[in-house]
Formats: sequence, structure tokens, C-alpha cells
Amino acid sequence: MGWLPAPVERMLEVALVGELTVVGRDGRPITHPLIPLYDGERIYMHSSTLFSKKLEHIKRDPHVAVSLSDPVALKGVPGRATIQGTARVMEDDPHSQWERLILDLWRRKEPVIDAFLKQRIALPLFFERAVIEITPDRCLLWEDGDTNRQPQRFDAPREEAA
Amino acid sequence: MPRGGSVPAHAPGPDDFSRLARYPFVVVSWVADDRYPTSVATDFRADAEAGVVRLRQPTGDAVRIPDDRTINVVGSHIRPQPGQGYDERRYLQMWGTALAADGEIAFRPTRVWGWDEQEVPFFEYSERSVPQSRHYLARLSAEKGRLIRPRLDLGALFFRTTRLPFLSATFVPVLLGMAIAALDGAFNPWLALLTVIGAAFAHLGINVANDIFDTLSGADQANVNPTKFSGGSRVLLYDLVTLRELIALDALLFGAAAAIGLALVWATGSATLLAIGIAGIAVGVFYTAPPLKLVYRGLGEFAVALGFGPIMLLGAYVVQTGTLSWEAAVASVPVAILIALVLYVNEIPDRVGDAAAGKRTLPVRLPPALVTNAYLGAALAAFGVIVAGVAVGLLPPFTLLALLALPLAIRVYRGIGANYSSPYGLMAYMGVNVNLHLLAGLGLLTGYAIAIVVAQLT
Repeated sequence: MGWLPAPVERMLEVALVGELTVVGRDGRPITHPLIPLYDGERIYMHSSTLFSKKLEHIKRDPHVAVSLSDPVALKGVPGRATIQGTARVMEDDPHSQWERLILDLWRRKEPVIDAFLKQRIALPLFFERAVIEITPDRCLLWEDGDTNRQPQRFDAPREEAA
Repeated sequence: MPRGGSVPAHAPGPDDFSRLARYPFVVVSWVADDRYPTSVATDFRADAEAGVVRLRQPTGDAVRIPDDRTINVVGSHIRPQPGQGYDERRYLQMWGTALAADGEIAFRPTRVWGWDEQEVPFFEYSERSVPQSRHYLARLSAEKGRLIRPRLDLGALFFRTTRLPFLSATFVPVLLGMAIAALDGAFNPWLALLTVIGAAFAHLGINVANDIFDTLSGADQANVNPTKFSGGSRVLLYDLVTLRELIALDALLFGAAAAIGLALVWATGSATLLAIGIAGIAVGVFYTAPPLKLVYRGLGEFAVALGFGPIMLLGAYVVQTGTLSWEAAVASVPVAILIALVLYVNEIPDRVGDAAAGKRTLPVRLPPALVTNAYLGAALAAFGVIVAGVAVGLLPPFTLLALLALPLAIRVYRGIGANYSSPYGLMAYMGVNVNLHLLAGLGLLTGYAIAIVVAQLT
């Protein structure tokens, strides 16, 4: 199972939005607010083909960071965290693969998704999606959310980071 | 915020600093020497006059904001809605360099990009991003060595492609034509069934043909504010079907309509019916198709009124009776006006895309106030024709039931005035407008049904 510290796991379980930073074509960071999902080991984010430039960036450079920083999006759970990791894009079948991989996790966090999914006919391209699977390599944690203080640093066990 | 492409990047202006100032904190990101992006939340002050964002330097070497590379500063906002996800989505990100790395940092952005759903609604943002989806799937297909296209299940795809719910525009005049014939003592249920099915095939064929020509002409691409009532099915644009598949479907629909139409002509022996059928298909196809392209010449509303008013209604009447009648002709007028008004209101959000594609619809040509007032005038005229028809004895008095739909016309009139430039605000009134046509038609049909019963009892 995963190695992320418990406060970070709790944040991942409740966060409605986290900031995914990817490395752009020219080496610059590009940040996308996305809903993070967590299965106890890896973080999953997902993207419609409509907004898929981030997927192309990740395929070119898989290094990413996920920032959990907004107290509103964290629904009162204290703390801030930045998770650096290695991402891979799962896109064999953008029509239905994501449903098999992450729909249960998404539904648990955002039950309203089922109502939107019933309207797939109205937004067909929005529901053509790829999954971004992030294996955490390193984590910075501010338990009280104050980045004026030194963060605690956690690293993945060596074999998992390899 | 500029709206070209899918909300493109631009050089920062004073508005961007004001926008950033609305966020309570920012997340600062950069790519560290180990190639991992690093990000950290911090406090800030946007200084529009100096053209800088003053950032608090977070504590710790791991998150020390560097001054030797591009950094990314992001403000992000959502408003959680219990049980409903969240709304008020917006974010703004800036790229630039940090001017000092001790204490407070002066960050000078050179590039900005963002999205605020209150300025660019999600549906519009999605529409503007359709080319990115096509690009991505084309690249993915090339990478995987197999064709990867967006999909819908077959039923949903047929529903969307043919715009099936619009069949009410056909059912109202066809059923009304048959009801008038029944009051005149002529009703063959098998011919009636064939008429409904044939007319439905013709209508769906016309819908698909219009989509083909609207996509080929670029009208649908130019429209980034489609609603469920306007902007076409977009199945070609979204690559849900190919042009060849759409043409094949259209040939099937028109083939079925033609076969049923010819069977009805054979069964009734009516040359009038043949002429009406040919006129109906011609008006429908040449609505968008060259060489006539009626909608491009400012005749779209008239063509729809003609096709889904007199042609449908008189056609259904002639199938049953073999002749034309003044009563059927007069009854077709309010139906024609109200269906033209459905198109007319649906054209309001399409007007920019239509204008770009050269379509001379009334909302393209007329100022908003005139479009709004003309709606009310035309709707009142439709109900006036019913009253006049009853007054001169051409229509049964019971058809005045249709006037019960009149308040809907007032609602739509007010809705147009209040939402003229808001496609998604207008959408609710487009639905009311469709219901106006449907309810007025049902009122007329009910009136004829009562008249038939009364005639049989007396």
C-alpha cells in the first residue's frame, strides 16, 4: 500500500480540487486545477480530450507535482501538502477506460457525477477522458497549512521510487 | 479575457492583476533541478501599477522560490455545493521571473492564461476546445496505430444525429391535417399511420441534410454557443460520425420517406399529393443546400413556416381526402407561424456564427429590439388567425382552446428581452417556445377532436 503520511492521505480523500503542475514543451511549469482521487497508493486525476494539452505534456515529461492548498477545497481538513511524483497517461480507450479505472473513486467524492454521466449525450466529448496515474515519489507537508514554517519532507521507500 | 481559441494566453494587463487580487492566496510552481515541478502556496499582493506580484518567500530550502528560471503563479477558486460538486470555477495563471529571492519577491509576469466560468460559460469553453479534442485523438490514433474516435451508444447517437425531439414540429401539422379531414368525414387509419411515419422520415432526413451542409459551410464551427435547441447536432464536428456515414443515413431517411410518399400517392392516386411531397422535400433540403440555400438568402424562416405549416398539414389532409380545403389552409397558418418562431428564437444565439457563415437569418439582419418585438407581433398574429378563423366560421369554435397557450408567448417575449445576449439564459425560453408551438397545436387538435365527437353525436 501507499507510504504517504496520514494527514496527506486525509487531504487527498476530501480534496475537491488540487493543482497539478506539469512540465510544458519549453520546460516551463503549467498548472491545472483538477479533482484528485486516491486509492490508498496512487493519485489519479483525469482529463477530457477537450482539455488534453496537459496529457501531451505528461507523455513528454512524466514529472509532476500536486499541490493541496485550498482550505475551501479541502473542506476544513487542516494542512497543506505538495506531492511530487511520476505520472503516466492511461488512454487506451478514452470512451470507457476511465469509467473502469476511476468512476467509483470519483463517485465517492463527487456523487453528482452520476447525474452528469446520464447527460453524456449532451456533452459527448467531455466524457471522452484519459486518466493520469501519479505514483508519489516525495511529499512536503505543512500540517497546520502555514508555509511560513519548514515543511516536513517524506520520501517514497527506495524500491517504490525506482 | 480574450476568447479566441480555447481562452488563449496573452500579455498581462491591469485587469489581470485585478483578477489575481481576488484570490486569497496563490500557488507558485517551478521546475527544480531534479526535473520535478515544485509548488507551494503563499501570500501575495498584486501591484498593477508596478506590473509585479509581490510574493511572500515560503520558509525552507525545498520551497525557496528561485530567481533564475520561469515560475508559474496560479490563483484558483471553486465554491463547493453540497451534493452538487462545485461551481464558480475560475483560475488564473501567470508566468514570469522572480526579481529578488530574499524576503518579499517581486514577480514580473510576462504571460497570462485562465478561465472564469462566469465570463466564459463551461459549454462555450468546451466548444472552443473541440479542435484540441480532435487534435489529441488524431495523435492518439497515430500513436496506437488504430482509429480512436469519440463514441455514443447507437440509440443516443441516432437521437442526437437526427435531433429526434424536434419531431413534434411534424406531428402537430400532420395530426391536425388528419383531424380536419376526419371532421370532413374522411379518415383511413392505415394511410394516417403511413403519413405520420413518412413525414417523420422526411423531417429527420431534412435535419440530417441541414447538419451536413451547415458543417461543410462552417456555420456550425463558427457557432461556439450551441444549445440543445440550436447550433445543430454537431455530430460531424465532434467526429462522432463521418461525413460518409451521415450521408448514408440521410439517404436511408430520404429513401424511406420517398418510398412511403410514393406509396401514398399510389394509394390515393392524387397528383396534388405528389406535388406537395416534392415541394416539401425541396424546401427542406434547399433550406441549407446549394444552389438555393434559402436560409442564406433570408428565406429560412419562410421556408420552415411553409414546410412545417401548409405543406405538412395540407399533405396529411390530401392523403385522407384527395382534395385541398380552405379550412385546412387557414388552420395551417398559426402552426406555420409558431414553428417559424421556434426557429426564429433558436437563431438568436446562433446569430454570430450564422453571420460568419453568411446566413442571413432575421436575427442576423435585425436589431435586437426589433427581433424581440417582431416575435410578439408574430405570436399574436398566430393566435389572431385562430380567432379570425373561428369568427368567420372556417374553424370550429373549440379550436379557441389553443389560446390557452398564449401566456407562454408572453413569457418567451420577456425572456428574449432579458436574455438576448445570453445563449444559456435564453435556453430555458427556447424550451418554453417549443412548448408554445406544441401546446397551441394540442389546443387546435383538442378543439377538432371535440368538434368530431360533437358532429357524431348530433
